[in-house]
Amino acid sequence: MSWESVIYQYDGTFDGFLCCIFDSYLYKEFPTAFYSDEDPVSFYSVRSVITQRDHAKRVLHGLHRYPSAVDILHRAFLTCMPDKEDHLYAFVRKVFDGGADFMRNQADEIYAPLVKAIRHLNGELEKLRGFIRFSDYNGTLGAEIEPKNRVLPLLRHHFCNRYANETFFIYDRSHKEILLYSRGHSRIIPVDSLQISLPGEEELHYRALWKRFYETIAIKERYNPRCQNSKMPKRYRSTMTEFLEVDYEKQRQAFMPTESPADGLPPYVPNAKSAPVIPAECVQSAPVSAP
Amino acid sequence: MDLLEKLTILSDAAKYDAACTSSGVKRSFQPGKIGNTSSSIVGCCHSFSADGRCITLLKVLMSNCCSYNCQYCINRCTSETPRASFTPKELADLTIEFYRRNYIEGLFLSSAVLRDPDYTTQQMIRALHILRYDYGFNGYIHAKAIPGTSSELVYQLGLLADRLSVNIELPSEHGLQTLAPDKSKQAILRPMSFIRDQSAQSKAELVQYKHTPSFAPAGQSTQLIVGATNDSDLHILHLTQSLYRKYRLKRVFYSAYVPVVENTLLPSLDTKPPLLREHRLYQADWLLRFYGFHADELLDKQHPDFNPMLDPKSYWALNHMDRFPVEIMSADYETLLRVPGIGPVSAKRIVSARRVSHLRFEDLKKLGVVLKRAQFFLTCGGRMRDGLRFSAATLLQQLENVEKGQLLANEAQQLSLFSSGG
Repeated sequence: MSWESVIYQYDGTFDGFLCCIFDSYLYKEFPTAFYSDEDPVSFYSVRSVITQRDHAKRVLHGLHRYPSAVDILHRAFLTCMPDKEDHLYAFVRKVFDGGADFMRNQADEIYAPLVKAIRHLNGELEKLRGFIRFSDYNGTLGAEIEPKNRVLPLLRHHFCNRYANETFFIYDRSHKEILLYSRGHSRIIPVDSLQISLPGEEELHYRALWKRFYETIAIKERYNPRCQNSKMPKRYRSTMTEFLEVDYEKQRQAFMPTESPADGLPPYVPNAKSAPVIPAECVQSAPVSAP
Repeated sequence: MDLLEKLTILSDAAKYDAACTSSGVKRSFQPGKIGNTSSSIVGCCHSFSADGRCITLLKVLMSNCCSYNCQYCINRCTSETPRASFTPKELADLTIEFYRRNYIEGLFLSSAVLRDPDYTTQQMIRALHILRYDYGFNGYIHAKAIPGTSSELVYQLGLLADRLSVNIELPSEHGLQTLAPDKSKQAILRPMSFIRDQSAQSKAELVQYKHTPSFAPAGQSTQLIVGATNDSDLHILHLTQSLYRKYRLKRVFYSAYVPVVENTLLPSLDTKPPLLREHRLYQADWLLRFYGFHADELLDKQHPDFNPMLDPKSYWALNHMDRFPVEIMSADYETLLRVPGIGPVSAKRIVSARRVSHLRFEDLKKLGVVLKRAQFFLTCGGRMRDGLRFSAATLLQQLENVEKGQLLANEAQQLSLFSSGG
């Protein structure tokens, strides 16, 4: 049995990817590459996969005897692993061919890349649970992050649980999406850019207090930057209060003219009057666990 | 005095306390309250200070106006250091605002002895009460039980806090008598056994009644200062072991002594803190808690101190070469756990993986085994690793070389100075 090699183009969503798997079995094609955000240039023929809920469901149903494999699939899809879809496709094929027993061995050649990518994702999640810094903008808490993996769906439960009585948002600059939470409801939506209003006096006061605490708590005789860098890589520090000027927003605005957001999306400006309003029709019951 | 200045004085005075974990208790959100406790077993680190230590909790003293005169302590009453005290409300505000911004996981509250132990504890209780009841704070609180406090007050404190701790500081009674004349062994151990008993009782009651108040649900911990007195590693490890067994402690912390005080009874001010020794003690502590080792296996009267150049597990393995090598495909979990370079996580992965696959040395790396260290002690399918050459005489040197890569440049230099001096 030799399947034809075809390039798959899909919409980049998890359901879309499941539909790629569906189509590959339907047409007996082997996807040599997956494209979601750019047009493929290649000698192979291209199939545009249309996302259909019921196709995605049928793939998941086919895997339902292997819940651990489904968990891995969900989680690995959020990682920043290079050629993610190819690895996941090979993984799903292997499960369909012979069951999920091979997952006992984390050194398995199909499974190992997924394990590695998920370990990286989990590491980033654990760090961000601690390193995310909120600012109080007139009662609404706001934070920005620059993660490598798509962490928002997995951070959702923790922060909605922790700040159940607050109104807050977390903006993911790398993947241009935002987690909004208010009064028991949360949602994640794509946002191209975010403009944040300047913080008030009290916020600046607490930032100064935190910076002072951070500096004071270190023991000079034990100074150890190597250890500090390995525990808290420098890439996280660009959004952490203790490494920013107290009034960093003001300084940043002084250098940059206010740019108009791309694609005609309205800027998101949180303040007391227009705290994140969540349209009722999109509301999910919260606190919500990971997808 | 403004809050910034107070915070500076009172966090500076608290920084020598090593304990900064938020583990041991899982509590989800409750309606109308703010916060939860970390779901992860290791707790949650919110930052790392310039010394590489984790910042989890807002670590401050209630007050540094002390009426005791412990020689090693910067806050002793005869020391000339600026003094400050938080009001309970100030402290509660600070904690809640830091927590909202995700700076911290909760509060670590200690104090100098302000007037007397009972008065100090009352101040602490007042602050925690505001936090828990007025502000609905549901996050993590670690409080110090001041030695000499009445049991009734310790009990109240335990109902507000997740974890209590009593610092032993000096690992021997002799050390206490000379350096901390106001403290006695009994004054330290009495609250420890009180906390142990209350905690056990509260757990037993929780099984029967749903709404019984929980007393220090994350248990208790303590801290030992390393290097202020002449106690050996063996002595410290024995003490640690009995604290885990008799007093059911969750953690024993070690703090390398940083000389802050000029005193003829203490190491001189230019002494470097014994960081490497502290590191080795932590490694040994892990071996006691998670690897099934006993203090007597690791050290004995002939060798009362660790070889600083080697981690305690490699040191043990080197002295028990008759038990090695072990076969990766058949050795049981406990045996695998004793191989240097294999930990609880990788041992579990090995046990799981070998049921479905024949493991090779290359696979072990993917399973998280530190092969550089483990290779000397393992066979795969009855054979040692290809190209591996060592003998009983060279093994020590080879393991030390592996270790050198892990050490800081200046630590390694410190060591080479020691060894050249004999």
